[in-house]
Amino acid sequence: MAHTLERAIEHAHEAVGQRSLRAHDDQRGDVMVVGGGISGIQAALDLATSGFKVYLVEKTPTIGGKMAQLDKTFPTNDCSMCIESPKFIECDRQPNIEIMTYTEVVGVEGSAGNFKVTLNKKPRYIDEDKCTGCTVCVEYCPVKIPDPFNQNLSLNKAVHIYFSQAVPLVTYIDETCLYLQDKTCSICQGVCENDAINFNQTPEKVEVKVGAIVLSPGYETFDPKLRGDYGYGTYENVVTSLDFERLLCATGPHDGHILRPSDKKHPQKIAWIHCVGSRQVIPGGNTYCSAVCCSYTQKQVILAKDHVPEMQATIFHNDIRSYGKDFERFYQRAENLPGVKFVRSYVSIGGEDPVTKNITIRYATNDAGVKEEEFELVVLSVGLNPPADAKAFAQKFGVELGPQGFCKTDPVNPIETTRAGVFISGAFRGPMDIPEAVMSASAAGALSGQMLKARRGRLSQERVYPLEKDVTKEEAKVGVFVCRCGANIGRVVDVPAVVEYSRTLGNVVHAEESLFACATNTAKAISDTIRDKGLNRVVVAACTPRTHEPLFRDTLREAGINQYFFDMANIREHCSWVHSKEQADATKKAKDIVRMSVARAALLEPLDEFSLPVNKAALVVGGGVAGMTSALTLAEQGFQTYLIEKASDLGGMARRIHYTVEGLDVQAYLNDLKKKTYRHQLIRVITDAIITDVSGYVGNFLTKVKSKGRVQEIKHGAAIIATGADEYKPTEYLYGQDSRVMTQLELEERIAGGDEEVRKARSLVMIQCVGCRQEDRNYCSRVCCSGAMKNALKLKSVNKDMDIYVLFRDMRTYGFNEDYYLEASGKDVRFIRFEPQDKPQVEAVEEGGRSVLKVTVTDPVLGKRLAIDADTVVLSAAVIPSAGSEDTARLFKVPLGPDGFFQEAHVKLRPVDFAAEGVYLCGTAQYPKHLSEVISQAYGAAGRALTLLTHDTVVASGSVCEVDESLCVSCGACITSCTYGAIEFRETKRGKKATINPVLCKGDGLCNAKCPSGAVFLKHYTDDEVFGQIDAALAH
Amino acid sequence: MAAPTEFKPTIVGFLCNWCCYGGADLAGVSRFQYPPHLRVIRLMCSGRVDLAFIFRAFAKKADAVFIGGCHLNDCHYNPEGNYDAMGNTLMAKRILEKLGVNPDRLRLEWVSAGEGVRFAEVMNELSAKIKSLGPLGSSEGIAVAELSSRMQTAEDLVPYIKLVERERLRVPVRTEEGYRKFFGSEEFDQLFNELILDKLVMSRIMGFLRKKPAAAMEIPGSLALEPSEVARHLRQLTERGLIKFDAGQSLLAAV
Repeated sequence: MAHTLERAIEHAHEAVGQRSLRAHDDQRGDVMVVGGGISGIQAALDLATSGFKVYLVEKTPTIGGKMAQLDKTFPTNDCSMCIESPKFIECDRQPNIEIMTYTEVVGVEGSAGNFKVTLNKKPRYIDEDKCTGCTVCVEYCPVKIPDPFNQNLSLNKAVHIYFSQAVPLVTYIDETCLYLQDKTCSICQGVCENDAINFNQTPEKVEVKVGAIVLSPGYETFDPKLRGDYGYGTYENVVTSLDFERLLCATGPHDGHILRPSDKKHPQKIAWIHCVGSRQVIPGGNTYCSAVCCSYTQKQVILAKDHVPEMQATIFHNDIRSYGKDFERFYQRAENLPGVKFVRSYVSIGGEDPVTKNITIRYATNDAGVKEEEFELVVLSVGLNPPADAKAFAQKFGVELGPQGFCKTDPVNPIETTRAGVFISGAFRGPMDIPEAVMSASAAGALSGQMLKARRGRLSQERVYPLEKDVTKEEAKVGVFVCRCGANIGRVVDVPAVVEYSRTLGNVVHAEESLFACATNTAKAISDTIRDKGLNRVVVAACTPRTHEPLFRDTLREAGINQYFFDMANIREHCSWVHSKEQADATKKAKDIVRMSVARAALLEPLDEFSLPVNKAALVVGGGVAGMTSALTLAEQGFQTYLIEKASDLGGMARRIHYTVEGLDVQAYLNDLKKKTYRHQLIRVITDAIITDVSGYVGNFLTKVKSKGRVQEIKHGAAIIATGADEYKPTEYLYGQDSRVMTQLELEERIAGGDEEVRKARSLVMIQCVGCRQEDRNYCSRVCCSGAMKNALKLKSVNKDMDIYVLFRDMRTYGFNEDYYLEASGKDVRFIRFEPQDKPQVEAVEEGGRSVLKVTVTDPVLGKRLAIDADTVVLSAAVIPSAGSEDTARLFKVPLGPDGFFQEAHVKLRPVDFAAEGVYLCGTAQYPKHLSEVISQAYGAAGRALTLLTHDTVVASGSVCEVDESLCVSCGACITSCTYGAIEFRETKRGKKATINPVLCKGDGLCNAKCPSGAVFLKHYTDDEVFGQIDAALAH
Repeated sequence: MAAPTEFKPTIVGFLCNWCCYGGADLAGVSRFQYPPHLRVIRLMCSGRVDLAFIFRAFAKKADAVFIGGCHLNDCHYNPEGNYDAMGNTLMAKRILEKLGVNPDRLRLEWVSAGEGVRFAEVMNELSAKIKSLGPLGSSEGIAVAELSSRMQTAEDLVPYIKLVERERLRVPVRTEEGYRKFFGSEEFDQLFNELILDKLVMSRIMGFLRKKPAAAMEIPGSLALEPSEVARHLRQLTERGLIKFDAGQSLLAAV
C-alpha cells in the first residue's frame, strides 16, 4: 500500500517535470502546515531544514500561537516569549518556509502526494512588503479596541502589531477602523511614510499544491463564561488562568503588575480553582483531564509570590497531577512557599462583596467541615478544549474527530489522522504540554518526509552568495549606518549628530542615516554602498544584535565581504528606549556606543564558518519500541542505521506489556515491528552488544561495539539514545517474600498467561507509588496510575465480581486516561487515598481458615483505619533509569538529570535533542512514558536526526578558540575549564601544547579568562577587541 | 555663573549574550527607564570576563564595572561560566580593596533574559550607588591618576594571579554555597594575602623604585601603605636580590 503510494507520487513528479516544480510563481510546495503555534513552527522548521518547501498557514496576524501569550513556562519558569521568538525569526529567514498569516484554509482536494488546498487570505489593509513595523500609524490611530493578545484586559488601537515580536512584524487593521466603518478617518494613511496602508484590499483566494498536510491548529482554553462557572463573567475579580498569565507578564495589561480588574489594586489574597471545565461529567464540561493545569497553576503561584512576596495563595484542587519530568519538585517548590496553601476540596462560590468586590469561596475540610473564606482575586485553572471550529476544520481536511472532539489518531501511530497524507502535530490530538507538542511536531515532520522522500530537495533552495573579497591586506575602512527606526530611535537620539560624530572617528570612511536599516530595500542599499565605497567593516547602529545581527551579516555576504566584519551598536534597546526622557544624554551615549563599536569593528578579522562532512549513517542505542521506531523511520528514508541492543533479542520493556488501556494487542504490534526491523535492508541489528567507546562529533562519530566477542567500529553522523528504563524491584509490602505480592507488570504477564490464581482472586489490592514520590526517588513514574486502571479493567472483564481496591496518593490518569479512571469507578473499583507518612501495611495472616494478605490503610476522609483481606496484592512499582544509563551518558558525553534519566537540551523546546549536537533522545530513557508517547517521541527523534542527516555538511560558527603555540606554557588551565572536551594537549617539537578542536568548541571563551599567557583566544571576542571597546568606552 | 556640573558616572558593563544582554534588551522593549551611564560590551559568557578587563576599565578611569550573567545553574554553556565570573569578581573585589578602590564599584548580578524589570532596577540602584560614591578616587580620597596607576599594576599581575588561582585557589564545588564558603574561609584569606595581595604590594614598591631610587621613608607615604608592611616587603625584596640599598646615599633602588 505504502509502496504504491510512493510510486504514484514519483510518477506524478515525472509527469509534472522538474522545471515547472521549480517555477517561482507557481504556488507549489511539499508540505502545508496549518496552524502557526509552537508545534506548527517546529514542524515547518524541521521539514524546511531537511529539504522540503513548506507553507506555514496561520489564521491570526502572526505566528506564535498560545505559547506567545504565556508569561513563563513550567517547570523551569523560562520566559515563554524569549524562548519562542527566536523560532519566529528562524521561520522568517528559512528560504523554504512561506509564512501565510491571517489566512484560513477553505478546502482541500486531491489525495496524499497531490493535494490542492484553497486558502482565504484575509485583508490586513496593510501592504506587508511596504510596512516596516514602525508603528507610527498605531500612535495616531484614534480608535481603541480590546487587545486580543492581552485577553481583552487592556486596550490597543484598531491598527496595531499583534505583539512586538510578531512575524511578520507588520500591522493589521481591525474591522473597527473608522475608515472601514464609514470612511471618517484615514490618518494612518497620512502618517505612513511608506504608503503601506491599503484600504482597497479584499479577501484573496489562493491555491497551493502540496504533497502532505500537517495539522497543528492547537487548542482553545475552556470558556467558563458559557456556564458562568464560579461567577466568571459576572464577578469582576474572577479571571481565567490565561487572563492571569497576561497579568503576570511584563508585556501584559499592567506591565507585569498583578492588578485585579475591579479596582486595579494588588490583590494580597488569591485563590486558584483547579479542574475548571475538566474532569467533569456534567453537561458543558469535559470528562478528560487537561494534563497541564496542575503544573501551570503551580507556576502561576510561584510567579505571583515572586511579584508580591507577602501574597497569600490558596489552591483548591482535586488530585495533583505532577506526572512529568521535574513536575514533582516543582509542586514541592510551590507548596513550600510561605503563605501558600494547597486544599483538597471541591468548592463553590459564596458570592461577591458588593463593596470590596471580594469573592467568597465555600469549601470542605476534613477536620473543620464546610468553611467560607474571602479572596481578593480568584483564578480559574481552565482546561483545554478542542479548537473552537474543530468540526468544520476536520471536515475541510476530511479527517475524523475522536469522542472528545479532538483529532482521531491511532494509538500506534499518534501522528497519522484518518486521511492518508494528513498528519497531526500538537494539542489537536488532545491536551498536552509544550514538549509533547514539539516532539509530535518533529514526528509529523519525519512522517511527512517519509511519505515525500522522493521529492526531498527538489523544491527547496539554498541561497547563493557572491564570492567573498579578500580585504585582509587593506586598512580598516568602516562604514557606519545609523538607523532612526522610524521614531523609535530618531525621536530620542539626535541621529544626524551621531552620523556627523561617526565621521570624525578613526577608520570611518562613510556614515549615513537610514529610516529603517532593516527594511528589505535599505539592506539592499547598504550592500550596494559596501561595494561602491569599498567598505571592509560595517557598523549598524540600530537595535539588538540578538535579533538583527543575522540579517546584517547576511547583508555583508550579499556585498561580498566576510560576515564577521560586522558589529552592531545597540542604540535602541540599550539607549533610546530606556532613556527616552534624557535626549541629550541619550545622544551622548549613542555616540559612545558607536565609538566603541567602531573601535571593535576596526579590529575584527574575517572568520570562516567551516563545513564538516556528514556521515549519512545513524546509530540507535536500544532496541525497544523507541529504538526500533526511530531506526525504521531513518531506514525508510534511505539512511543506513545501526541498532545496538544489549539483550539477545529486540523488544525491550514492551516484551512484558500485553495490551494497552485502549485495547491494543501489544505483542502482535511488537512482533510486527521486530520483523520489520530485522528484515529492513538498511538496518543492521547488533544484539548482545555493548558500546565500549565513542569518539568524534556531530556528523562524524566513531563508535566501538562489542558483540559476541567481536569488536566492530561503526562510523555514523548521528546517534539516538533509546536505552529505555527498568522496573523498580520493591523491597516493601512483602514483595519477594510472598508470591501473592507482585508488580503491575508481573500481574499483566499473569493475566495474559491465563493465571487462574490471579483471575479467580476474590479480592485484589493495588498499591500505588511504590518506590517513587519519595525522598530517594523524588519523581512520579507517570504510567502507573493509568497502568493500574488498565489492569483493573482487564480483571473486571474476566471476573466482574472481583473486589478491587486501589490505594493511591493522587490518581494521575492525565489526559484522556481519565476516562478509564471514571470507567473503573463505574465498575466498582474502590479507591482509597493514603498519605505518604501513613503508608498501607501488608501482612500475611490466617483469616477464618483462609490464608490472606491483610492490608490496612488509613482513610484520611473517614479518619479511620480500614482492613482489607486480599488474595493478591499488586504494587505499582516505580519506573527507574535503566542500569546502563550512566555508562551511556559518559560515552556520548550527554548529561543525566537529577533522577538519573537523560537530560534533553531544553525541557520545552528541544525535548529530543541533547545539547551536544548530533545526539538525540527518545523513549523512557528520557522519562517514563506510555507506549503512544514513546512512539511519538521516537518519530520525533528520527525527525530531528533527519534534519542533520539529509545534509552533506554541517556549518559550524567561526567564533571558536585557537591557540598561539608560541605563547602556550602547557599549564592545562584551558583544558580543565572546557567541559566540552574541545581542548587537548598535543606533542610538538617544543613540548606539549594545547590545541583546540574547533568542532567541539562552543565559543564561550572561558579558557581565555583562565589562560595565564594569553595563548588561547576566542575569535571574534579576542582580548584586543575587548580592550579596544573598553578603551573606547572611556575615551571621552 | 554656571551651576556645578552634575556627576555622570561611566559604568563599563560586561553582559553575557544569553541572559543579561537579553534582560537589557527586554528592559528596552518594555521601556523600563534607567540612567544613561552604562556602556555595554557584549560577550558570549560572563565567564569570558578576564580579570584584566576589570582592571583595565578602572585603569582607564571607569567609575564602576558591571558584570551581568545568567542565574547560577542557568548558564547557556555546559562549563557554567557564571561560576567563574563569581570567582573572578570575588577575587577582583579583594584586590580593588587592597589597592584603595571601593569594591562596591565592581558589581556582579544575575539577570535572566526574561528579567527586564530586574535589569532596570539593578541599573537604577547601581547608578545611584556610584553617584553617591562620586567619580573614581573621590570616595577613596586618592587621586584618580594614582588609582589608575595602581590598576595598571593589577592588570600587569593578572597572568600571575591566574596561575595562582589554578594552582592554589581552585574552588572545589560548583555551588553558590561552595563558592561563598571557599571565599569566606580563613584558608582562602591566608593564601590570598600571601600569594596575591603581598605580590601586588611588592609590584607597587618595585614599580615605585624603578622610576627612581628612593629612601625607605618615602615609600609608605607615597604608596599609602603601613610602614611595617613596607618594611616586611623591603626585607623580602632585598633577600631575593630584587632591590639593593645604596648605603652611601641611603637610597633603595631596583636591581
